[in-house]
Amino acid sequence: MKPPPREAQILAPVSRPSAEESQDSALETAIQLKDFDAWYGDFQALHSINLAMPKKRITSFIGPSGCGKSTLLRWINRMNDTIAGARATGTLEIHGKDALGPKVDVVGLRQQVGIVFQKPNPFPKSIFDNVAYGVRLHLKTSKAELQEIVEWSLQKAGLWEEVKDRLNKSALGLSGGQQQRLCIARAIAVGPEVLLMDEPCSALDPRSTAAIEDLMLELRKSYTIAIVTHNMQQAARVSDFTAYMYLGTLVEFGATEDVFKRPRHTETEDYITGRFG
Amino acid sequence: MRRWQERGIMGVLNGATLFSVFITLAILWVLGAETTNFFAQDEVTVGEFFGTTQWNPLLGSEKHFGIWSLVCGTFLVAGVALLVAVPLGLITAIYLSEYAHPKVRSILKPALEVLAGIPTVVYGFFALTLLTPALKVFSEGFGSFNALAAGIAVGILILPIITSLSEDALRVVPQSLRDGSSGLGATRFDTSFKVVFPAALSGITSAVILAAARAIGETMIVALAAGSTPKVTADVRDEIQTMTGFMVQMALGDVSNYGVEYYSMYAVAAMLFVLTLCFTLLGTWIRKRYREEYE
Repeated sequence: MKPPPREAQILAPVSRPSAEESQDSALETAIQLKDFDAWYGDFQALHSINLAMPKKRITSFIGPSGCGKSTLLRWINRMNDTIAGARATGTLEIHGKDALGPKVDVVGLRQQVGIVFQKPNPFPKSIFDNVAYGVRLHLKTSKAELQEIVEWSLQKAGLWEEVKDRLNKSALGLSGGQQQRLCIARAIAVGPEVLLMDEPCSALDPRSTAAIEDLMLELRKSYTIAIVTHNMQQAARVSDFTAYMYLGTLVEFGATEDVFKRPRHTETEDYITGRFG
Repeated sequence: MRRWQERGIMGVLNGATLFSVFITLAILWVLGAETTNFFAQDEVTVGEFFGTTQWNPLLGSEKHFGIWSLVCGTFLVAGVALLVAVPLGLITAIYLSEYAHPKVRSILKPALEVLAGIPTVVYGFFALTLLTPALKVFSEGFGSFNALAAGIAVGILILPIITSLSEDALRVVPQSLRDGSSGLGATRFDTSFKVVFPAALSGITSAVILAAARAIGETMIVALAAGSTPKVTADVRDEIQTMTGFMVQMALGDVSNYGVEYYSMYAVAAMLFVLTLCFTLLGTWIRKRYREEYE
């Protein structure tokens, strides 16, 4: 198969969810990828990706399994560093700063770019300690400040009301949806600018999924969000921009409305409408 | 024909199982019976056994049977052994589980487990002829037999138990927890010590307790290197005697097959059995009770 054209541009800012936001026609770029290639050993997982993710918007990555969308996401905060044989070339910039070179402070990068995984993975610690974990790593805070950060994060993640009376209980006692929101709270507690979400709802029931989606729309005010999802409706519901990937290439990227209603490539259309994938 | 074959195999298997159960029960029965004999003797009372600290069943006109000096010697050696083996073993386990390249681990772990296969008499001579002279360089106070040299050797003996079991406990901590930690900007060190290690703590604790039970029961090293002078002391330079050491001395010595000093051996054995049983049960209980549920 001949790879489709790789250029992808932001076509137009989306008109939703609020009118005032649609006014800013020139969106700032948060994450920039240029000619980005990635390998696992000899296998090339990503082919020359060119992409600019706008700041404080939700960008969703869709495509069939194995298309490289999770790989791409995990490169943005260098989670792939832990995988033996994983390497990448090209340009990866976050807020204009290189995030791929050997001199990059990966620990600092991950503080700036948080990640939420497919399966909720709370630490076997108390709810409080889960949220405080990252804060304690990076900041010297007083006890009161720490408590404030934990409460703020849990509130922001929409979990505070449910857990405020049992902060010292194990996080493993929470439901799957609560655990995932705890993981989001844990991620935003360290003060990131970007949140990566790797199929954050695929292990959750519809109700918890709805809660997480509401939360994402809320978080969008403060964070740049990238989400990998297998759920077309979810991508359509929450994201401002959508990237369709296939076999390690970026087939189409644009405003979600355009990608879903007026896809420029037949492959995209086939995938979205369920004829393929 | 085939049916008979099946039955024959079943019979052999059942027989083998029953045999080991029978042996265990027989040992328990002998221990119990002879211990009862011991306390039936005129020279000793239960109060003296558990209430005094002087152990002197062989020499002198007056025999003393205060178990605590032997227990003290045992715990002194086991304590030294754990002080050596726990830090070293845990650091090694964390290295193997969290830092070592898979190839390095595949060589190092079996190599370490070879340590467990060395006959303990070799460790005993190692303690007696190498460690003790080396220790004497540092301090004149060390006896030719001393608790420290024996303890260090026992520590090396139990090192593979702690390392191997702890490493197993660390390795079953799900990768998702490590990812979650490093995703928050934790270094590998942070992840290892603040997430993986606490998550594996129950397995590690039970590893340490099982190793402690092994150290308490260890015989050959202490018989060779720790000496045969029962005393209540915390000075590791002193010659001491452990429960196991005493039993070796009795079993090999010219003690008649009756009399209070002969039966005392069984009382000490029963005590040792109870102690190690407690440790083993504690280890198993901790492992079950605090087994980590990660999800």
